[in-house]
Amino acid sequence: MKELSKTDLTKIAYDCRKATFLIEKQQIYKITLREKMELKLHLTGCSICVTFMKQSAIINQMARKLVNADSNALKLDEGFKAQLQKQVDNYLNKI
Amino acid sequence: MLQKDSESDIVDKKAIDPHHWVSRYADYLYSYAASRIKDQNLARDLVQDTFLAALERREKFEGRSSEKTWLTSILRNKLIDVYRSRSSGFDTHGVHTDINVPDEDFFNQDNGHWNDRHRPAELGIETHDALENKEFERILKACMNKLPALWLSVFSMKHIDEERSELICKQLKISSSNFWVIIHRSKVSLRSCLQKNWI
Repeated sequence: MKELSKTDLTKIAYDCRKATFLIEKQQIYKITLREKMELKLHLTGCSICVTFMKQSAIINQMARKLVNADSNALKLDEGFKAQLQKQVDNYLNKI
Repeated sequence: MLQKDSESDIVDKKAIDPHHWVSRYADYLYSYAASRIKDQNLARDLVQDTFLAALERREKFEGRSSEKTWLTSILRNKLIDVYRSRSSGFDTHGVHTDINVPDEDFFNQDNGHWNDRHRPAELGIETHDALENKEFERILKACMNKLPALWLSVFSMKHIDEERSELICKQLKISSSNFWVIIHRSKVSLRSCLQKNWI
């Protein structure tokens, strides 16, 4: 395996844009071994991106929870349901 | 084992029962749609469309999934159409261009460092306790609604509905590199918005 050059390492070690990109990518897809190393190296020296990573995961969970909670809470009004039922019945009687 | 199981055929046929769809699933489908598109009238229309589409292709129901799952999958496809039409509002060539909007300088253009205004700080929401926090929920909701339509569609399809990335790219007509850029920027701006509004 090709070794990371010193300039490559310096670059990622200080590049929060790239580190956060890899954090996002890793959450939903796989990143390469090299990318994993780069990210690990960055996070060792950057507590700000560690905070970002924690918050990012919480945001995903919260967003899912938000929508799924709403998914069981709302009700359709009875009038509209009666109308729907009529449509279904009509359709089925036609055949 | 090669013999066709006639008993399961009977069960499958029984499993589809359109007369009871409205009483059993209308509320559920409505909630599912309304919680995702924030437009109650449109959500009602989608439920109606879903039932009509399901009636038309009920012969194709194979009983491999439950009736509820099957109806939900029809609704999901209709929701994707909504996401697509919403996010292509300014789209004239079938390719999205709003990805080129400057990214608000979250990072220093030269060295990739966080810029002061967007630098993450501990907010006390880094643990699972945050999931019970109503105020956090409210702010997150507001911040999500501030995202550009295409970004919100990508974010929702990926993180809430857990669709496959390839499918999202295909449905929303974006390249895979744009997909990753949107995933990244959506999160960075959501997080920044949360921090700004968090007391």
